[in-house]
Amino acid sequence: MASAANETELRRQHRREQLSILSLVIPALVVVGLIILIPLSWLFYLSFLGDDGGFSLENYLKMTQYKSYYRIFITTFQVSILTTMICIALGYPLAFFLAQLPPRWAGVFMLAVLLPFWTSLLVRTYAWLVLLQRKGIINEFAMDMGFWEKPLKLVHNMTGTLIGMAHIMLPFLILPLYNAMRKIDRDMMHAAANLGANPVRAFWAVYFPLSLPGMVAGSLIVFVLCLGFYVTPAVLGGGRVIMVSNQITAILENQFDWGAASALGVVLLVATVLCLFLAARFFKLDAALFGRD
Amino acid sequence: MSWFSRPATDTQITHGRRLWLYALAAVIMILLVIPTLIVVPMSFSDSQYLEFPPSNWSLRWYEEYLGSRKWMRATMTSVQVGVLTMLVATPLGTMAAYALFVSRHRLTRAIFLLLITPMIVPVILIAIGTFYAYGRMGMNNTIAGLVLAHAALALPLVIIVVTAGLRSYDLNQEQVARSLGATRSKAFFLITLPQIRFSVITAALLSFLTSFDEVIVAIFVSGGANATLTKHMFAALRDYIDPTIAAISTIMVILSSVLLLLTQFLGAKGTRD
Amino acid sequence: MKASTLSDAALPIAIRDLTKRYGPVYALNAVDLDVHSGEFLTLLGPSGSGKTTLLMAIAGFNRPDSGSIKFGAEEVILKPPHKRDVGMVFQSYALFPQMSVADNIGFPLKLRGVGAPERAARVEEALETVQLGGFGARGIDQLSGGQRQRVALARAFVFGPRILLMDEPLSALDKKLRERMQIELKHLHRKLGVTTVYVTHDQREALTMSDRIAVINDGQLVQLDAPEVIYNAPANAFVADFIGESTMLPLTRGASGLMYRDQKIAETRDGESWSLVVRPERLFFAAQDAQSDDNTIVLRGTLRETVFQGESEMALVALDNGIELAFRFGTGATTNSTGGGLGEQVAVGLNRKDVIIIPGETT
Repeated sequence: MASAANETELRRQHRREQLSILSLVIPALVVVGLIILIPLSWLFYLSFLGDDGGFSLENYLKMTQYKSYYRIFITTFQVSILTTMICIALGYPLAFFLAQLPPRWAGVFMLAVLLPFWTSLLVRTYAWLVLLQRKGIINEFAMDMGFWEKPLKLVHNMTGTLIGMAHIMLPFLILPLYNAMRKIDRDMMHAAANLGANPVRAFWAVYFPLSLPGMVAGSLIVFVLCLGFYVTPAVLGGGRVIMVSNQITAILENQFDWGAASALGVVLLVATVLCLFLAARFFKLDAALFGRD
Repeated sequence: MSWFSRPATDTQITHGRRLWLYALAAVIMILLVIPTLIVVPMSFSDSQYLEFPPSNWSLRWYEEYLGSRKWMRATMTSVQVGVLTMLVATPLGTMAAYALFVSRHRLTRAIFLLLITPMIVPVILIAIGTFYAYGRMGMNNTIAGLVLAHAALALPLVIIVVTAGLRSYDLNQEQVARSLGATRSKAFFLITLPQIRFSVITAALLSFLTSFDEVIVAIFVSGGANATLTKHMFAALRDYIDPTIAAISTIMVILSSVLLLLTQFLGAKGTRD
Repeated sequence: MKASTLSDAALPIAIRDLTKRYGPVYALNAVDLDVHSGEFLTLLGPSGSGKTTLLMAIAGFNRPDSGSIKFGAEEVILKPPHKRDVGMVFQSYALFPQMSVADNIGFPLKLRGVGAPERAARVEEALETVQLGGFGARGIDQLSGGQRQRVALARAFVFGPRILLMDEPLSALDKKLRERMQIELKHLHRKLGVTTVYVTHDQREALTMSDRIAVINDGQLVQLDAPEVIYNAPANAFVADFIGESTMLPLTRGASGLMYRDQKIAETRDGESWSLVVRPERLFFAAQDAQSDDNTIVLRGTLRETVFQGESEMALVALDNGIELAFRFGTGATTNSTGGGLGEQVAVGLNRKDVIIIPGETT
């Protein structure tokens, strides 16, 4: 027999079913294609277009020539790294606290994390603008308590930007970290205690290493999202904190130079994708992000 | 035995020895919540300047907001775009999530990654990219253009939330339904969809909020009569601090709080069933 | 189709050359299997053996690469699940939580356009059959595990399917309830008379319930026989080892027949190598000076361990060549009668009529 019974027909049926299931993703793919793929390809093309309309690397060469570009990249990385560190410092204890609670209470306290998560970024940026201004609540309160004499300049600078961004990013660190901590087997801590480790030793020897993947995943999300920030530095930085996104807008507003703006955008995208790619190589990132394995 | 000396964990650390953690957690939670809620009392201030606590209470800024044609129009646009985004992103994302969940095709992983790119690509690039592309197609400042862009931004969220819902659902139920005589689509609508409905509703609310709160794409792509609330707010924040913003912010905070509590409630219901 | 004429609708299943590959691994390797009309057939095998794949192929949820599945005279392999008219019970029951008990059971009837009054009557009839009369209005979350199991069953047969498929339906229940449900399922099967294919990895369950057992391993049908035959005459080492307890002793071909060391066990047969399968409950303590004769084989070894197990005791006897022989004896009998204590030499007897010989080396 050339082919076994029903083989051809079964294979055809199989393929037809696969296709009909996959066809359900087509509308979503069309939307993503229209909004992400086509425009991005266009920008990519524009970034390699010279003044004379031919292929050129001049938009990219510009970045290596001007010091201002260099400063912008430094600022972007600096802000992203500092924000990530602040988030870890504040997020780890809170996630730990939440993970220790009985689930019912954790759900209640989790609202403190979710409420800002769900609130408009613009509103929260605005709130910090109000809180941090010269005569804002923070300055008034600190001076009343005698922490400092004269009002400090807390906004329209790096300080304000970092405070605002850390506040906005904190939930992105806490949520994956909390999930990772919840999955840590309680018996592990019991075993450590049973083997004679005191609570502090047990924490560092057992708990912390097990929570590390969640922390790394959360930190990476924070870092990568920080790279593309626009609104918060624009409002709380007061023109003194210029990140890549702000510069892209500035180039378009002031010079209407699509080539330069696109090139900068391509660099930002490559940096972002590179970070994620490296992360994915070393960690099960999408498992941490989406609970997918 | 007082609460302080009672063990806080199974490994016999007492609440008393954990106090530092509770204090720290409380401070961090306050830091998280206060900036979100502080706009509420301020919006009821009578003053031109933002002070706290307000010396005189009034509804002045709400009147200002409600009386302004510009703000009202922008609000209408934002609501309209939000609802349309929800109506586009929810079914598309649910379909995609279901297909990716059920299919064992080798392309599913690649398609999944492609569909979540709107979450990975920096928004500024999506903003200027669509601005450029729409410029060529004459779609800037149109509702349809903004809805399409916002739908792309909301799709990954819908897919992730619905996939999570499908994960906690026993797919055997759909197989049983099919063995009992239901076609695949009938089994989906009669059996699967009712059970993942809370995830789908959560996803819908999230996509509305994604659009309603979105700033950067709106700055570029919306404008003129179809400028969104966030676009006007952003402009106002950059130039001067207008207390009307406090009133609008309060409304937005209330909106997201209500939606958040709704999803928490739905989530609790979803896991109970 | 009428619910009351179920047994008329029972159909035989004929599976031919069914093959399913996942990459290089055969989940099903050219399986031929006939399920008789109205019989209770169990697919038994370890996890990953292909038994569930086979069941899912019959139900239509798993599309094989090639082969044929016939219900009666009708080829169904190309039919979608909803057109196969097969009742199915899953391990997880897969009851629809948003529906009441009655709506769950009525679901297949509704899909077939049965009107509300007749539906209600047939649902109640099915509930009576599984001894849940009057439970129709309850919610799924108000049921115990055993009750859920029965609802899942009722839903699977209420529409009068020609074939009933069950995928480890009892494995989620505790031991006591499981044993009761085994008997109940058997009763129900007798009452409905519907052809039933049942998947389990629990050999006891298979022995208890089945008319015939199909032992599956590595995607192949290893043996298909009645439970007694499977137990008393396993086709090979895998079946002997998987079903029941056993110790296997390697045999050699001697001048006078198949030998275990210097004892003749059986007449010479064709084949390369042979093993003697010893079931623990067939052994008994022999007198210290007993010798093998025409009726009995006597083996000698050191008593290593005796374990009290309630209704019986288990003894481990290390034979001279290191093989440990397990054997079971009633709690009444004692080792003392033969004079053997732990660490001492004992003689163990096996009646020649209980000898089981299988082809192949000892595994």
